[in-house]
Amino acid sequence: MAELAMQTIKICKSYGTVPVLFDVDFELKKGEIHALIGENGAGKSTLVKILAGYHQQTSGELLRRGKPVTYPNTGAAEADGVVMIHQEFNLANDLTVEENIFLGKEIMRRGFLDKAAMRQRSAEILQNLGTTINPRARVKDLSVSDKQMVEIAKALALNSEVLIMDEPTAVLTAGEIDVLFKIIRALRDHGVSIVYISHKLHEVKALADRVTVLRDGHRICTERASELNEDDMARLMVGRELSTLFPPKGQAPHRSAPVLEVQKISCPRYVQNASFQLYAGEVLGFAGLIGAGRTELMECVVGLRRRSSGTVLYRGKPLSARSYGDAIRNRIVYLSEDRKGKGLFTSMPLAPNVTILSLHEHLTRFGFLDGRKEEATLDQTIEEFDVRIPSKRALVSMLSGGNQQKIALGKLMQVEPDIVILDEPTRGIDVGTKQQVYYFIRELAERGKSCILISSELPEIVGLSDRVIVMRSGVVMGELTGEEVNEEEIMLYATGVKGGMAG
Amino acid sequence: MNQEAATGWAKVKELGSRISWQDVGPLIAVFALMVLGTAINPTFLSMGNLTNVFTRSAFTGIIAIGATFVIGTGSIDLSVGSMAAFNSGVMIIFMNYLVQHWGATWATVTAAMALSLLLGAAGGLVNGLVITKGRIESFIVTLGTMGIFRSLVTYLANGGTLSLNLPVRGLYRPVYYGTFLKIPIPLIIFCLVAMVGAVLMYKTRFGRYVLAIGSSYHVAHYSAINVNRIRVLTYILQGICVAIATIIYVPRLGSASGTTGYGWELEAIAAVIIGGTAMKGGTAKILGTVAGAIIFSIIGNILNLSDAISQYLNGAVQGLIIIGAVLVQRTSKE
Repeated sequence: MAELAMQTIKICKSYGTVPVLFDVDFELKKGEIHALIGENGAGKSTLVKILAGYHQQTSGELLRRGKPVTYPNTGAAEADGVVMIHQEFNLANDLTVEENIFLGKEIMRRGFLDKAAMRQRSAEILQNLGTTINPRARVKDLSVSDKQMVEIAKALALNSEVLIMDEPTAVLTAGEIDVLFKIIRALRDHGVSIVYISHKLHEVKALADRVTVLRDGHRICTERASELNEDDMARLMVGRELSTLFPPKGQAPHRSAPVLEVQKISCPRYVQNASFQLYAGEVLGFAGLIGAGRTELMECVVGLRRRSSGTVLYRGKPLSARSYGDAIRNRIVYLSEDRKGKGLFTSMPLAPNVTILSLHEHLTRFGFLDGRKEEATLDQTIEEFDVRIPSKRALVSMLSGGNQQKIALGKLMQVEPDIVILDEPTRGIDVGTKQQVYYFIRELAERGKSCILISSELPEIVGLSDRVIVMRSGVVMGELTGEEVNEEEIMLYATGVKGGMAG
Repeated sequence: MNQEAATGWAKVKELGSRISWQDVGPLIAVFALMVLGTAINPTFLSMGNLTNVFTRSAFTGIIAIGATFVIGTGSIDLSVGSMAAFNSGVMIIFMNYLVQHWGATWATVTAAMALSLLLGAAGGLVNGLVITKGRIESFIVTLGTMGIFRSLVTYLANGGTLSLNLPVRGLYRPVYYGTFLKIPIPLIIFCLVAMVGAVLMYKTRFGRYVLAIGSSYHVAHYSAINVNRIRVLTYILQGICVAIATIIYVPRLGSASGTTGYGWELEAIAAVIIGGTAMKGGTAKILGTVAGAIIFSIIGNILNLSDAISQYLNGAVQGLIIIGAVLVQRTSKE
């Protein structure tokens, strides 16, 4: 029997009076990849934060190499070889890669920084990871995936034995994910134990040795990954049958005049000469690798980003290139991929978030803000989107990712949009909420609205889109309809094997 | 009946949960300081003294109401004290000029008041436009205009003092020293400005957008808010508040010099912070700002009335109060 790297015995955790973990037993063997799955709010993050010293359990025991331990803070956990890599990057953007890797644990010589030693050690670690990142580059100049690598390097510099990864692939492309998986497997073969949190079940299936499912703060089961398929995992997480993740597609939409016509939009460095049409009642998928310019193209379309050329016609008349307000007045809305940074005021309560686009409809007769109307709108949103909230005066930051996303969608719906552009609408949210978002999108299309869906998850694009446009390096590579809408075909365009039609 | 009582109680509890220590804290501090002042010297509570204390808080208080908007967006305006000095100087020169044509009449004074408001709005507009169009940190821009305004008034006064024509001074005097229903006029104006400020902040789209920008610049942009326009408007509003403060300040001494309004920017910012508004923006407590301004005035007054601490240590006590207030707010939040 393999040695246990870590173990929890009947761990309970409450925040104030709210219990979030109930008698959770969790075992992590030495040299295994142990996936932790569950819906948002199931308690995954809380559990790993207890392992890594961010939180302390309310009751129960934490064992490390078979002996009870308490970690009063993350420093204590790190000193004991337990390191957590966060979903959001914990890097100092203005420092170099090597400075980040040794941040807080600098190598010293005679009281001064030993830069040579740190540089050499950083280079070694990065090389072992198989990346070509320059240790002297500034972190802010790195791509998202390289930042992820730096996070991992930072953890490895501690000689960690237990590595906790919270959704490490959320922002990575397929190629980068392959590299990451190789690294994770190599770490395991060197005896490192890895706790791996992910919502992407096919990754869990591909990577993990064992899987533990949490639901509502309880451990549901721990199984060998080889004994579960993705459907089993989803069912265990949700606790009910997920009959069909995607709603059935409707009739191929009748193509009359396009609702939106985008002509030859360019935005230096990001988009070149991109054109497309959008019709009423369709879901138009935008596929491509991360960095393909899809976000930037849509930001140009709605006026959030300056374009160097090109026009956008909404029902035949041009839209302002410089004002998102003009798009909103024409009932065209955009959901940002960056929910916390651009989508919602996380430090504000829910009502002002929901009504910020439609304050003109929440005024009294005398033109002052009407708190009661705002609250009514919030109530309506909560009901319509089935939002779970601790209290009506809660701040957005107190909600789980999935519930935040529902608030973000509710905010957009206040302008009764005709065109809805959704950028990675299911990033970082659980399976149950994902399904709700999918049905929401389909329902919009069925009501004759038009929807643009940007997603880096191919099953999502294939499962929802009536038509797919594939972009690569800022260029529209091709358009797929009907039977062509499948993952293989999309990848051929996204990677540049096929396509490349002009303009 | 019982049910009614129950819902009544629920309402009281609801109200109780809505009142946060952060909101009430500054008011409690004002009360505590008044108790302290009375204990040290009973004349503190005399009508004459209290009137004096509150009236003196009006200058920085009115400016601080404007500063609450600027700070609410996460910006800062360091130029307000210098702007007040410059405004005072221009008002005096303008009245001294007009008096030759119109005499010492209300027309002269009113025209100068209008000019002050115009100048204040224009000064704010300049600050706001340079910050937004030039994409420069508000701290740097207003540090620059602070020096410019201060230097301009010194130049206008030729390094000395600008004095208001005596007959006009006599006419204008009641705007500071006068009372209405026994309440000093500066205090009435302070209350009016605070009320208008509260309505703007909490009951209009403008106020909501101010807090939205302070909460997150990016999210505001992605919510179709014209961020630059709102920011410029906060600076114009700040300029108008400075102008109003100037209008009631000029009749107090009837003069202006290079040291007029010295340090007002710091007192105004301190009042805002003590009141519970966060420097990083996103929250704004108008009532707190009012309390903050009064707290400052009371402390100065208590030091005057007692012999325990030298008057020269006034600044040190104020500094301790600012730091202490923020610490108390932090702990009460946690």
